[in-house]
Amino acid sequence: MKEFFAMGGYAFYVWTSYGLALVVLTINLLAPIRQRRRLLTDIARRMRRARRER
Amino acid sequence: MIVRFFHRMASPMHFYRIAGLFVPWLGVLSAALLLAGLYGGLVLAPTDYQQGESYRIIFIHVPAAWMSLFIYVVMAAGGLISLVWRIKLAEVIAISSAPIGASFTFLALVTGSLWGKPMWGTWWVWDARLTSELILLFLYLGVIALYGAIEDKRVAARAVAILALVGVVNIPIIHYSVEWWNTLHQPATITKFDKPSIHLSMLVPLLLMALAFKLYYATVVLMRARCEVLERERNSRWVQSLVEPAAR
Repeated sequence: MKEFFAMGGYAFYVWTSYGLALVVLTINLLAPIRQRRRLLTDIARRMRRARRER
Repeated sequence: MIVRFFHRMASPMHFYRIAGLFVPWLGVLSAALLLAGLYGGLVLAPTDYQQGESYRIIFIHVPAAWMSLFIYVVMAAGGLISLVWRIKLAEVIAISSAPIGASFTFLALVTGSLWGKPMWGTWWVWDARLTSELILLFLYLGVIALYGAIEDKRVAARAVAILALVGVVNIPIIHYSVEWWNTLHQPATITKFDKPSIHLSMLVPLLLMALAFKLYYATVVLMRARCEVLERERNSRWVQSLVEPAAR
């Protein structure tokens, strides 16, 4: 197991690459989830305001 | 019949609904392939006789680089379709692709650098492959910035489509750079016509990772496109009844 993480002395290069890949994939997944939630609440708020002004 | 099918599919409301059905399945499939690819690449694949364990960066680097080109072509094709046939959905797909493509280009560049340092002895060289890939990143960033800078989204999308189409010239340059110029970067390992110069135990995880990345792109581009549709259609009846079903 220790050997596996050592990556034959290339641990820094290999694990930084895989770590960055994980970060990039996670960010791109979370961004649209957050944006959708924000949009839906924003649209709902504007609709309520529009109804009150009517 | 087919024309009607496409028009129905391209209507924002149908797209929003159908894309929403596809997203979870694509996501799960992509995650499964990703796990299989990681297991194959990190555990099963043997150590390289020349590069030792450092070669394992290939399972991130090469699929990311392939995606950087693939997504650009999708984006440019979307731009072309939106210019010629004025299909709004093509515009939405094109603009939603840009940040994802930029991410993969960034990943390809940084993992390449992390691989280059131990193998070539340098983080970066200004050779044709590396430089043209860097230009690709700037093209993506240009597309994102241009779209954000123009208020009218329809006008912005047209400007972006033209920029994306002009930038297509860079794609064959990246692809053939390792053949046209004497680059430090090695030539392609996997080509359509020759037998790949890589052992099956390394090829399988590589292709699994590539497929996983492709499905991941399909997942997140649909998610982004749904947001874009929602934003553009926010005043339409279907979006409002989606937000507040009881109000209508």
